[in-house]
Amino acid sequence: MADQLVIGGVALESRLFLGSGKYSSNAIIPAIVEASGAQVITVAVRRVDPGAGSENILSHIPRSCRLMPNTSGARNAQEAVRIARLARAAGCGDWIKIEVISDNRHLLPDNQETIEATRILAAEGFIVLPYMSPDLMAAKRMAEAGAAAVMPLGAPIGTNRGFRTRELVAIMIDELDVPVIVDAGIGKPSEACECMELGAAAVLANTAIATAADPVGMARAFAQAVAAGRAAWLAGPGAVSEQARASSPLTGFLHE
Amino acid sequence: MTIFDELRRYDGFDFPGFLAGVTDAHVARALQKERLTPQDYLALLSPAAARHLEPMAQKARDLTIRHFGRAMVLFTPLYLANHCTNQCVYCGFNTKNRIERRKLTLEEVEAEALAIAATGLKHILILTGEDRKQTPPAYMADCIRVLKRYFTSIAIEVYPLTQEEYALLIEAGADGMTMFQEVYDETVYAELHPKGPKRDYRFRLEAPDRAGRAGMRQLNIGALLGLNSWRTEAFFTGLHADWLQRAYPDAEVAVSPPRMRPHAGGFPPREIVSDAELVQYILAFRLFMPRGGVTLSTRERPGLRDNLLGLGVTRMSAGVCTQVGGRASGQHATGQFEISDPRSVDEMAQALYQRGYQPVYKDWQYL
Repeated sequence: MADQLVIGGVALESRLFLGSGKYSSNAIIPAIVEASGAQVITVAVRRVDPGAGSENILSHIPRSCRLMPNTSGARNAQEAVRIARLARAAGCGDWIKIEVISDNRHLLPDNQETIEATRILAAEGFIVLPYMSPDLMAAKRMAEAGAAAVMPLGAPIGTNRGFRTRELVAIMIDELDVPVIVDAGIGKPSEACECMELGAAAVLANTAIATAADPVGMARAFAQAVAAGRAAWLAGPGAVSEQARASSPLTGFLHE
Repeated sequence: MTIFDELRRYDGFDFPGFLAGVTDAHVARALQKERLTPQDYLALLSPAAARHLEPMAQKARDLTIRHFGRAMVLFTPLYLANHCTNQCVYCGFNTKNRIERRKLTLEEVEAEALAIAATGLKHILILTGEDRKQTPPAYMADCIRVLKRYFTSIAIEVYPLTQEEYALLIEAGADGMTMFQEVYDETVYAELHPKGPKRDYRFRLEAPDRAGRAGMRQLNIGALLGLNSWRTEAFFTGLHADWLQRAYPDAEVAVSPPRMRPHAGGFPPREIVSDAELVQYILAFRLFMPRGGVTLSTRERPGLRDNLLGLGVTRMSAGVCTQVGGRASGQHATGQFEISDPRSVDEMAQALYQRGYQPVYKDWQYL
């Protein structure tokens, strides 16, 4: 049986989600999607301009990819809700990644406002995926408010610093019934693999791929890393011991 | 406490002594740090740091790409009026200058909007001189309501307003403001602004603060390079930006580093800021505020603008006309200053693509 991730009733084969914000040209997006095998791509509504012809980012998203518009730029729940409604009205579908950021120095999400936006948008029928600071209680409230998945950050957005929030995300993975997708901060394929080995449902990468010297090659590497991490999770990693266990124990003679 | 009080803390500080005393080791330490103190920032603005431009550039480039990507937001200014009651010695709009004074009617605003919208741009910056009778906030609000039909982001570069007036313009549809303090040194400021309401140093200095309190989403500030020592002016601009970002964490804070250009008045710069010094300022600011915006105008020539792309700049103007009504009517009234980069929006976009950057015409959706 295929190992699928189901979100909002949609079954996904790929567990690598893409961002679209930092490329040198929107024209590279189809190649990135193909190399990564990603089936979900997030697009900032603030950058969508349906009247822009070839400069319209939506015209570069392959049809095979599910659009996940995001509310980048929203400073509170109210603005996030308005952006989400604009996205739906513009034909971007029902999926929405909520980003509420009121801290432009570190770009850390505001969990409280995100919970509120999740509640409103889920009630309106959106498939809501909130980007959040990793906090179990906040994540539970987002799930109770109707979030289809939660998206804790691995490190501050755009930093490529790796899976710095591992301990907190591990608890979220253990405790939550909704999928946990690690979003932001993942800088290398090995770190994406680590998220998946831990049991994350998926990983979203943007800066790591978009700012690589060879973005297409990096997209391919991320796809392989995410698949390897998932395979390892499914295979059940062996137990970790704090101490070495010699194959020829030094005290074995006591049992002879 | 406001930025005015913050700047007072540097009264009596020996800037020449500090700048002369910066060593290569201090610069190297600042370059290795992740978070710079104001003193580190000042060290990067020192003559000693001029010997370290390449490593500064490497780090600034990495930080810029990491935080902003290979993307450049494009916008263009629209001059609504050039009426002015000030006598700023360095400005073409000086009330004593004999130039044709104009103010756009709402119909003319719409005609200009159509001409700009045809280029694909969605971000616009509206400007006026300082004349509360000719261009009151209510007039600006009327213009913004017209422009809202064509643009998704409308910023204002007008005389300092009260918090209530900023709120009025936000309600009309403005989401950003630019305020050039011109010069942070209060004594020099008084010399350069002999008459007119702009003499009020503090009311101007605290304008971005009032706009932030009113809920403005973008706050852009700057000093006009050439009016005073660029190193201290760059320092105070950075300090101001940092202060605004702390005070209004949900706002996007940016600086502009404009150099003086020829204009109708003919006032010579007090200090010529070289290309290398402009670069040093941009790099030092990027290292001090990794997420701060840097806006580069068409005051700079094409070749330099292209080379500054990767070094920290995040927003550029394009298709610029500094004349009131210059686009739609074809009138050739005197502009505020002469531009150096006359490239159209299309030409600018192609230049960006050629250098591996994406022109972004729309980066905000009016809500």
